[in-house]
Amino acid sequence: MTSDLKSEIMTDSKKLSFDSSKIQDDFPILETKINGHRLVYLDNAASSQKPEAVINALDNFYKTTNSNIHRGLHTLAEKATNAYEHCREHVAKFIGGVSCEEIIFTSGTTESTNLVANSWGNENIGEGDEILITEMEHHANLVPWVLLAQKKNALLRQIPITTDGTLDLTDINKLINEKTKLLAVTHMSNVLGTINPIKELIELAHKNGALTLIDGAQAVPHMPVDVKDLNADFYCFSSHKMLGPTGVGVLYGKKEILEKMPPYILGGEMIREVSFEKVTFNDLPHKFEAGTPNIADVVAFDTALTYLENIGMENIRNHEIEISKYAIEKLTEIEGITIQGPLDETIRGAAISFTDRDVHPHDISTFLDSRGIAIRAGHHCAQPLMKVLKTVATARASFYIYNDRADVDYLAETVKEMRRYFRG
Amino acid sequence: MNSSLDEMYRDIILEHYRYPRGKKPIDKVDVSTAGKNPSCGDEIDVELQVENDIIKNIHVDCKGCAISVASASMLAELVKDKPLDEVIENAEIVRKMLKGEEENLPEEFGDIVTLKGVRKFPVRIKCALLAWLTLLEGIKNFQNGDGRRNQIVSTEEQE
Ligand SMILES: Cc1ncc(COP(=O)(O)O)c(C=O)c1O
Repeated sequence: MTSDLKSEIMTDSKKLSFDSSKIQDDFPILETKINGHRLVYLDNAASSQKPEAVINALDNFYKTTNSNIHRGLHTLAEKATNAYEHCREHVAKFIGGVSCEEIIFTSGTTESTNLVANSWGNENIGEGDEILITEMEHHANLVPWVLLAQKKNALLRQIPITTDGTLDLTDINKLINEKTKLLAVTHMSNVLGTINPIKELIELAHKNGALTLIDGAQAVPHMPVDVKDLNADFYCFSSHKMLGPTGVGVLYGKKEILEKMPPYILGGEMIREVSFEKVTFNDLPHKFEAGTPNIADVVAFDTALTYLENIGMENIRNHEIEISKYAIEKLTEIEGITIQGPLDETIRGAAISFTDRDVHPHDISTFLDSRGIAIRAGHHCAQPLMKVLKTVATARASFYIYNDRADVDYLAETVKEMRRYFRG
Repeated sequence: MNSSLDEMYRDIILEHYRYPRGKKPIDKVDVSTAGKNPSCGDEIDVELQVENDIIKNIHVDCKGCAISVASASMLAELVKDKPLDEVIENAEIVRKMLKGEEENLPEEFGDIVTLKGVRKFPVRIKCALLAWLTLLEGIKNFQNGDGRRNQIVSTEEQE
């Protein structure tokens, strides 16, 4: 049996066991009433909810394990260190089996991109060099490069998008050239939902001698990601979008690259030896984790990873393909509603932006909230993309494992009600 | 029904939103200002025809949410045929009402009192303020002899 076929069959049989309503029971917040209605949480691209297991892990850490790590010689310090490092091993396995030295804990995707810009970027980008991003980047993978390019007199270029919300690769061979030092691209757009062909882009960048950074904030929570297979040099994501606590992020970097990079936050834990004259840096990954890290949240993130693995990332991806298809179908049926992003559910994730010909996204969001539906309205930290889309804001419904077809039905009905309300 | 929702989107507000006043372009433009709400993307153009320091005619064009459009429409209704100085005072009263510093509005303010409902939604106060701040900026420029200044007023800096 070829491995492709095997995984297909396995997925199929597992798919039957995917039951969002059972999953809902694990998330205490979903019992909350919002303005007298059942909470229908469709703002997962901003942050996901947390299962009871993760909340308990956090609670449990403070009740049984709390201590600083890597420095004490007492029992709790060792226990806390082990729990913290266990999560690192887990993350390393979760994204394709990399080495623990290649996993750096940060406060989130934003800090991960900033670390690379300030450390690697500061050393390796020079005058006339080119940094290539796309028109669909989140500010977290945009602002650090705008400033770095300014500071270094480098050129920041963008891969444009087509009207259907996918990358326009017509001129890619010009955009990636021998001057390109870094390709920094989002794996999945938080606005359009588009999943980008990053494996091909990474290969092309490498052929031109450039390094690659992938913003995986919207990808790792929703699909299997193997950074080794992708051959990414840097890969960033956040715990809070994948059932884990806020304040934890990951920077994966290839060991040989990280080893050459200078630390960018200086203090305790990141040095091996220090005198008033000289500092020797600690080994990877500690070189990049100065000070007391976010221990408890990292430990609880470990539990979030286990929770996701128990469902299966492949199953989650399939669930989201299904729910995207259904949501796109239901929303496009509504007069006046336009989906911003690809309509083909197989090349996109379940973050679905839409606009209403007549009603402003903020009015949409206020109305839906009054009916218990949480969505996001605004520019989604992607102002340049809004310009490209010729809009100022969109409404975005983003789905996750606990959302089901009933949520989509309720969303579609409420959008119709909303249109009657505002249009009279 | 949801009471705070219906308190914000009062029937009068929805009526102004659906049929905004002051949409008709005016022939003679003495004051022209643009305003925007960067965080939500609302945009507004306000044009005035001024004679002897009285607003003879007003044209407002607001692209934004129901609150910003309704507020602009109510503004157009209120300020026509009023002296500039009085309009400045009126705008200040509206600002105070939206910020919760003023409860009762004079009779002549009519529908404007219904905008009070946005106070429960703090992020939307800016939307209700947009037209008024833009108008004030226009009058200020005009009084400084610079009525056609092409500088965009942003509600963010006023916060
Ligand atoms: C695509 C993308 N990149 C980066 C970020 C930033 O993540 P964080 O706020 O966790 O640093 C987000 C989330 O808002 C995102 O959607």
